[in-house]
Amino acid sequence: MTEFDLAAAPIRELNSRLHKLPPDTNERAWRIVNPRGAHSIAVGLTQPIEVRIAGHVGYYCAGMNKEATVVIDGQCGWGLAENIMSGTVRVTGNASQGVAATGRGGLVVVEGDAGARCGVSMKGVDIVVAGSIGHMSAFMAQRGRLVVCGDAGDDLGDSIYEAVIYVGGKTGRLGADCVEKEMTAEHVADLRALLERAGIEADPTKFRRFGSARKLYHFNVDHADSY
Amino acid sequence: MCGIVGLFVKNPEQRADLGANLSRMLVGMTDRGPDSAGIAVYHDPSASGWCKLTLFHPDETYAWRAMAGELAAALDEETDVFLKANHAVLSAEAEEGEVRAWLAAHHPEIRIMGYGTLMEVYKDKGKPASVVDKYGIAGMAGTHGIGHTRMATESAVTTEHSHPFTAASDMCLVHNGSLSNHNRLRLWLQRRGQVFESDNDTEVAARYFAHRLGEGASLREAMEAGLKDLDGFYTFAMGTRDGFAVLRDGIACKPAVLAETDDWVAMASEYRSLAGLPGVADAKVWEPEPTVVYSWSLN
Repeated sequence: MTEFDLAAAPIRELNSRLHKLPPDTNERAWRIVNPRGAHSIAVGLTQPIEVRIAGHVGYYCAGMNKEATVVIDGQCGWGLAENIMSGTVRVTGNASQGVAATGRGGLVVVEGDAGARCGVSMKGVDIVVAGSIGHMSAFMAQRGRLVVCGDAGDDLGDSIYEAVIYVGGKTGRLGADCVEKEMTAEHVADLRALLERAGIEADPTKFRRFGSARKLYHFNVDHADSY
Repeated sequence: MCGIVGLFVKNPEQRADLGANLSRMLVGMTDRGPDSAGIAVYHDPSASGWCKLTLFHPDETYAWRAMAGELAAALDEETDVFLKANHAVLSAEAEEGEVRAWLAAHHPEIRIMGYGTLMEVYKDKGKPASVVDKYGIAGMAGTHGIGHTRMATESAVTTEHSHPFTAASDMCLVHNGSLSNHNRLRLWLQRRGQVFESDNDTEVAARYFAHRLGEGASLREAMEAGLKDLDGFYTFAMGTRDGFAVLRDGIACKPAVLAETDDWVAMASEYRSLAGLPGVADAKVWEPEPTVVYSWSLN
């Protein structure tokens, strides 16, 4: 276990050390203490290491993550795991806005609530939120799965493409072109497996599924007069 | 970009540390606002029948004591003045309205930063650390306070354009964001008797809330009315004599984080500001929801 104290050394030093780890590194387990809400902690990781952060973090934690497992024992600010490529990012508390925005792969788990714009433009990432999420989540989502065990705010899935949204609680007003779809046995099995992978306890049969009505894919000539 | 902070101390035993904690919070927002800083602290209540005003003049050698003497003679009442760099806290055994009118008539060169019986307001150019140091904020006990750090992006770095904005007795507002309907709203408020000192959009919001409070609205009701009438982006923190409130617009593109323990509640643009507060590791920390009024009261 390598411990790094952010009260004693700057964030750039931490990230630089993490970036320089070779694929065959023996420093595979890291513990970061005294994060004190600092931004950009453990961004751009590319090796399958495990990083545990003891405390609350600021913006863009674990952004662009590849292969690594990052666990935040606390709350986190905007843009958690933005553009995540692979690996796992988990926060034990609440997350702010833009969780896993543009994420291409991997798994992001929020054990508390997530703020607005969760999973905007997601492109393959799986997001599991044990609590509720804010407005405008999964905006222009293209691929991947967003699971919300609690409630989803207004304008969920606005202009969504092919991502799948599972909601356990209530939804507000749905976004343009986002519709509720049938929850088949196949979807229940898919969700059960994802919840298990995320380590979140919830009954997959109690969820509803949302996705794209696919009405915005092509220009509709009958709407020409609207412009 | 700017940073805003607010701290409301629930536990009377921690009120001695208000200024120290508020200073820490303001310094935590240096990256969001290195150009100037402003702070309003609710502390040291005036004696019965007295009022206090925080005054500003750019000249650090301004003859504050002579001015206070003139005021005492004019009102035939006692006055007292306490100097802090280019600010002065003037106390008078009189109605605050009377003192403000006298100042406007006889010393228009003086800017009134705040008035009431509790609130003191300090604003200055420079990094937050130097501002809180210059005005000895860390030594101020009190119940609550709010602060602002500014990164100037569209207008000059001056105290006139600095937050907190005050628009009524013991009332002040800090704002992160921008309003889009402030010109129309300013005209609307002017027709209802509000007098403006700047072209700043946040002053419009401050006077709007003052107007609503003046109509008899509670702090919560005033802020809820603002959701309808104020158009734009905002995270607000507002202080009144006995209350503290936080509000974000529906789009919520300006950040905010709240933390609460049994002893205090704190708000800041980013968690970095809260990291030094006593007991924050065990505090409830969350992002205030859009269009929800969060308010706390001493009573």
